[in-house]
Amino acid sequence: MNIIVCIKQVPETTEVRINPETNTLIRDGVKSIINPFDMYAIEEGVRLKEKFGGKVMVVTMGPPQAEAALKEAIAMGADEGILVSDRAFAGSDTWATSYTLSSAIKKIGKEFGSYDVILCGKQASDGDTAQVGPGISTHLDIPQVTYVKKIEEIKDSIARVERMTEEGFDIVEVHLPVLFTVVKEINEPRIPSLKGMMRAKSAKIISWSAKDMNCDPDNLGLNGSPTKVVKIFTPPPKVGGQILQGEPDVVAGKIIALLKDDIL
Amino acid sequence: MMDYLLTDEQKMIQELTRKIADEKIRPVAAKYDAKEEFPWPVIKVLAESDLFAIFVPEQYGGTGGSVLDLCIATEELSRACGSIAVCYAASALGTIPIVLFGNDEQNKKYLPDLAKGKKIAAFAVTEPEAGSDASAIKTTAVKKGDHYVLNGTKHFITNGGEAETYVVIAMTDKSKGARGASAFIIEKGTPGFTFGKKEEKLGIRSSSTRELIFTDCKVPKENLLAKEGMGFIVTMRTFDKSRPGVAAQALGIAQGALDHAVKYARERVQFGKPISSFQGIQWMIADMATEVEAARALVYAVARTIDAGNGSVSKESAMAKLFASDVAMKVTTDAVQIFGGYGYMRDYPVEKYMRDAKITQIYEGTNQIQRNIIALQIIKELAK
Repeated sequence: MNIIVCIKQVPETTEVRINPETNTLIRDGVKSIINPFDMYAIEEGVRLKEKFGGKVMVVTMGPPQAEAALKEAIAMGADEGILVSDRAFAGSDTWATSYTLSSAIKKIGKEFGSYDVILCGKQASDGDTAQVGPGISTHLDIPQVTYVKKIEEIKDSIARVERMTEEGFDIVEVHLPVLFTVVKEINEPRIPSLKGMMRAKSAKIISWSAKDMNCDPDNLGLNGSPTKVVKIFTPPPKVGGQILQGEPDVVAGKIIALLKDDIL
Repeated sequence: MMDYLLTDEQKMIQELTRKIADEKIRPVAAKYDAKEEFPWPVIKVLAESDLFAIFVPEQYGGTGGSVLDLCIATEELSRACGSIAVCYAASALGTIPIVLFGNDEQNKKYLPDLAKGKKIAAFAVTEPEAGSDASAIKTTAVKKGDHYVLNGTKHFITNGGEAETYVVIAMTDKSKGARGASAFIIEKGTPGFTFGKKEEKLGIRSSSTRELIFTDCKVPKENLLAKEGMGFIVTMRTFDKSRPGVAAQALGIAQGALDHAVKYARERVQFGKPISSFQGIQWMIADMATEVEAARALVYAVARTIDAGNGSVSKESAMAKLFASDVAMKVTTDAVQIFGGYGYMRDYPVEKYMRDAKITQIYEGTNQIQRNIIALQIIKELAK
């Protein structure tokens, strides 16, 4: 079984700073890590390989320094790391990003043989859109199951998985090849092994440009991004508000009166 | 931070062990200490991360690592918990005699499982009446045909009961004294090999310290390590290589206590200021940090000297163990002092560091024995 894991390198911070002029993330001086949700995708990929055999290929779109994220994935047990990097990708929104990654996946299919499962984290900790995984499956025209919390079984090209919902979970059966986005309930990512780290250090990361993947320039970067970020700002903190005190039944009455008269 | 010119591989070991220490050991250290329970889940993580491979040559499944590699790993683990670290380091102690003296057959049989951490090891010298005086060993091994029959009791054996593979020192010829001792590899489950009392301890409480009892225990002659009569040499050469590991454990404990003390001093407010703004505390921190760094410099230098393989290292090895363990005792005591009343309480982490530090002045040769080793060698060198 061949598995592709899509990962993203993100800043290790909860306080993302934005450049107000370019509306992009300020990455200077912030340590980069693998998007925490993608760690579960890598772990699940390696577990699938351990169970069914095959290869785990990890792909990321990003600047050259994103190679570190791929090496970390190799230290955890992935076989190949592919860096998709080109100035033409700058300014990509989730649609352009998923187009670019799907182009890489098509090329992986040509060069490394067919793939069975694509794994992504449910969303990135910086953008929080949860759109890239589903976007990739749309570009590739393969089925997707989002928020997967357990891969129960894969047999005869059919996977049965549990998909987390607000109320509980769905059990979904789906044909391979398929794209899953995974939630943190799915596993506990392993700590890399020393031998894995040594292998990662000497591992050769494959790097592909837009040209290497025969991408259509109109679909890349800012040109290929229907989303236009007009302005990013920190919402002003809420002000005012009223605190009602007293016995619950009295306060409840006051709230109803307030809602009726002042707000509605 | 001082630059110790570590190799890329050593930096990897440092990064990996620090990550395991922070994520997998810190959260559970107090729990295992309180319950006096062997930390098997953590040992499993260390095994999966290949850390038991560090002290095994490559051809037997290890990473062929150096004494310095082992010291770096032990230091980082000890920074979070000196007790869990010793469960790990004691397996190295039990593995080193096989690496040093095992023949190819023995190496092939035992080392791959030890490198994977599928089995852990222990080294058994000490007896109730043979502590610092290893020549007083009473356990006997009598050759009968194709095997030896062992009788006697070992005690205070780290990893006792939990380890699968034991290197045991027994007398094959009592009349020769220390030169009549031999080393045997004995596996758990061998008939006649049982476990006795499990000790309750001041510190390193999650590690197992137990009696090994041999009653007409038949050990195949292939399990003799090196030659008959070499038991004492096996012990000394093993300790020469393992003592820096104890020194590294002490160093890690000291660094860990210092980390806690500095953090606390910055947070604790008295007289309207963090106590770190008081000179009395600052000078303590300065002394502690200086001593820890001096210990690190010595431990790393000695480990490198051993790895370079230039002749006798007994003196240097003893110096590292002596100095680092004395520093650990002093620094952990001062860390408790900086924490004040809170430091004395189990709800805070530093009293454990102080309890764990004490053993490093005692085991693998008391610090008094270390001084004997150092002095004797210096005098011998001058007499040449």
